[in-house]
Parts: sequence; C-alpha cells; structure tokens
Amino acid sequence: MGNTMTIAWKETKTYFSSPMGYVIAAVFLALTGYLFAQSVSAPFAEASIRGWILDATLLFTLWSPVLTMRLLAEEQKLGTLELLLTSPVRDFEIVLGKYLSTLVILVGTLALTSFYVLLLFLYGDPDIGPILAGYLGLVLFGAATLAVGVLASSLTSNQIVAAVVSFGILLLLTLLEQAADVTSGRTALILEQSSLTGHFRDFARGIIDSNNIVYYLTFIAVFLFLTVRNLESRRWR
Amino acid sequence: MSDVNTPEVMIEAEELTKYYGSFLAVENINFAVKRGEIVGFLGPNGSGKTTTMRILTGYMPPSTGVARIAGANVTTESLEARRHIGYLPETVPLYTDMPVDEYLGYMGALRGMRKSQIRQRTDEVIGMVRLEEYRSTIIGKLSKGYRQRVGLAQAILHEPEVLILDEPTIGIDPIQVVETREVIRDLGREHTILLSTHILAEVSLLCQRVLIIHDGALVAEDAPDQLARRLRGTERLELEVRGPADEVTTALRSVPGVTNVRRTESGDHHSYTIDARHGADLTEDVARLIVQRDWGLLRLSPTVMSLEEIFLQLTTGEEDA
Repeated sequence: MGNTMTIAWKETKTYFSSPMGYVIAAVFLALTGYLFAQSVSAPFAEASIRGWILDATLLFTLWSPVLTMRLLAEEQKLGTLELLLTSPVRDFEIVLGKYLSTLVILVGTLALTSFYVLLLFLYGDPDIGPILAGYLGLVLFGAATLAVGVLASSLTSNQIVAAVVSFGILLLLTLLEQAADVTSGRTALILEQSSLTGHFRDFARGIIDSNNIVYYLTFIAVFLFLTVRNLESRRWR
Repeated sequence: MSDVNTPEVMIEAEELTKYYGSFLAVENINFAVKRGEIVGFLGPNGSGKTTTMRILTGYMPPSTGVARIAGANVTTESLEARRHIGYLPETVPLYTDMPVDEYLGYMGALRGMRKSQIRQRTDEVIGMVRLEEYRSTIIGKLSKGYRQRVGLAQAILHEPEVLILDEPTIGIDPIQVVETREVIRDLGREHTILLSTHILAEVSLLCQRVLIIHDGALVAEDAPDQLARRLRGTERLELEVRGPADEVTTALRSVPGVTNVRRTESGDHHSYTIDARHGADLTEDVARLIVQRDWGLLRLSPTVMSLEEIFLQLTTGEEDA
C-alpha cells in the first residue's frame, strides 16, 4: 500500500506542477457552471442539481481522457516505465497509484462545484438527499470513465492516441443507451445495462440503487484489471 | 551461505535466449558475475546488450533460460530479484518536470527507503555524482551529461548489491566521463557491476572481466589483458621497407602463415602491416626474406593488437586466411 500512496502522491503533485491540473479543473468548472446557470434559469426551475449533472456526464467522456492520457503513456515515452517496472513495485500498485491520483483530481474538482449547491441553499429550498445521491453518482460515473482512460493510456506511448481511444470507448458506452431504445427484448436490456449513462439516471433522480453502485465498481475493477494485465504482459510477451 | 574463498554469484545468466517474434535477439548466453566484480559487456550496436540487461533486470522475460540476481530468479521471484538491483537503462529514465532531489526522493521511496534514509542518501549521492549545484533544478533544464548523472544517482541511491548500467558514459563530455568512471570504480569496491559499453578504453580502465557479445551470442569472455594476450597469437608485424612496393607486397604475402598485408606509402619507402595466423612468429622469416631480396629493411616490430582490434576481429569474423 505504501508504494501505491507514493505513486499517487507523486502523480497528484505532477498535475499541479504544470498548468495541466489547473486548466483541467477550470474547464470543468466553467462548463458545469454554464450548465448550472442554464438549469436554474429555465422557467419554473427547481432547486436541485439534476438539471446539470445529467449533462455533466457527457463532459466526462471528454474530460477523463484528457486527465488520464499522460498517466502511463508518458512513462512509456520517457522510458521511466522501464525504471518503474524494474523497481520492487507490484504492477497493480503502479496502476492503483496512478488511478488514485486522478480520483483525487475528480473529487477535488467536484468538491468545488458544491458552490452551486450553496447557491441553491441561499436562493431556494433544495432537498439535500437527492443532491448527495447525485454527487455519489457523479463520483462513480467519473471514476468509471477515468478507469477507461487509465487502460487506454497503458496501451500506447502516444498521449493523443490514448485520449482518442478512451474517448472512443466512452462515447460508445454512452451511445449504447440510445441503441437500447431502438432494440427490444433481451438485446435492449443488455445494451441498457452495459451503458455507462443508463446507470446514472437513478442517481440523478436521487435514487441510490445498489445495482448501479455494483455496476460502476465492477466496471472500474475490470478496466483496472485489464490495465494491470497489460502492464504484466511485457513480462511474458 | 558462501565461504570466503568462493564469493557469491550475484548475477547469473543461464542459457538465456530471447526471441522478438521470429527475430533471435539473444542466443544461449551463459555467464556469472561474482560479488565485487566489475564486468564489461561489450558489443556493437544491436548485438543484444540491452536485451540481456533488460532480461536481467526483470523488465522482460527470456524466451528460454534462467536469469538470477542474488540467487533470486528474475522471472519467478521477480520482486525479490528487483530489490537487489540498481538499474540505469540506455535511455536515461527521468521525469523531466521534477527537480533532481524530488526525483531521487521518489525513486528512493519506491525502493522502500525510509524518509530519513532518503534524505541522507540523497545528499551523499548528489555529492558522489557532483550535482550539488543542481539539486533543486528541474531535470528538464539539465544538459545531457547532468541528466546522465541523475540517472546514475538513482541507480546507486538505495545502495543496491547489483548495479546494471547500460552505457553509463554515453553522451557526456570527456571530463565528466572521467569523473563518472571514477564514481563507477569506487562503487565497484562494494557492489557488483555489469556495465555495457562500446567504448573499449572504458572496459580496460574499469573492468576486471569482459564479455563480448556479437549477434546475440557471447563470443569471448576474459580479463581485458588476458583477452589481448590470448589473441596475440594473431601476430602482427609492422615494417618499413625500401624497395619496389608491389614486389615487396607479393613477397610478403607468399611467406607461409601470413594472412593479410597492408601497405601505406611514406616517402621513398613503404610501411607494411602484416597479420599472421595464430601462434606463428614470422619476425625472423620476414627479416630473412627482405635481406635475401636485397631490399632495405628500415624497421621491423611486432605489435600487440589493441582491444579495439580484437573486438573488431571477433565481431566481424575476419579470422580466415
């Protein structure tokens, strides 16, 4: 666990030793700020976060690839992966440490959006339950998209390629829900259950369903596992 | 357990073979490096040095064969093996956006060093590689030579028993090369070092033993001076003769045992270099020939082949008559 924390701490610091961390957080806040303003400006707007968090999920399909693209791709480009893999560190510790650093950025950025919630409390009478459920959903959804990004970053030494690959996977997983609409029966069910956004709707409504939590956690575990296997594959290729 | 007379084997390669797809990069390599030895790994570019080192450090597995570091199999006991290694890869792996001391701190933490230990060793190591002035400089701003030193610093930071250095002096200026070699020689007293290079002088300066690798296979293994002595059997004579150049060349070629004659012109006489077959001392025969023909023998001296020449001979295979 010590190694994981060492790596996570170093990676988190790296985000803020360059403009990258600030720009990524600022863009996210600017866009969610816009979505929030739009949602409360509508006629008969309700004092909830539901109006913007559904759209915010779309942001993640772009935001997470950019946040994660450098994680392992850069190490491969710099050659530092060779050093990391020959250090007495387990492969899963590397992957987990890197992943944790992006979670820190995610949670930190989302924490800043609580400003919108504060505004709701100042000018309205929001229900705190659905807001908390919504944020739990956002964290899980964001965490899932980051796991995809980590895998994509391990596949290549080119950061742009990594970003495009994770963007493609995430967009596909989002579009599955639309495909579910035009199919029926078991196919529709499978498509809907595999779609990233399908599992988010309940959270947006303020419902915490363990089914959805398990989906996101499994999703994350699968992608991180694949990343670890991909790193390990160097050892037996 | 090892007794005093036979030092422990710290690096062991046993029938290492590595294929990249169908390309054979390393073929059946065997060697062992004992504690406290500095061994040079010599070979032209693309001969399999880096591949072998990557196998030894556990970065990639051999296709067949076994590599052991301090007795731990790098494939099956990878983590244990890696604990004993300090490694400087060919492309110096540095986080270019980190300051030197922070980078070293990170590498130390990954090798399981404690905070106080890291602080103390960082100071020591920075002193050893003479980076004092640059300890809080961002690595990306350092010149190539200094980066190389940072790379070396991370390899020795955790006082590993085994050091594997891939081209440690490449790309740094001559003064720094001398300093770097001093650092390596000092380290060799307590550590076991395998270093690859294609600079032959470096090998004779630093190493007690040389492994010459060519096309993925070990072609020679010996102490640098032993290697020179053994190959001195390939006698070489240098002589200056006044006389008709073409006739002299033909005559020299006809001496039994001569494998090659080269001629360089210098004024009214010519210089010739004769390579002879293993063990054949042709000094007398050649002298007699020149005198019999009534040419002027101005100089005749046997020369020892330099390590460069041995190396070239071994790796280009011009052995045949």
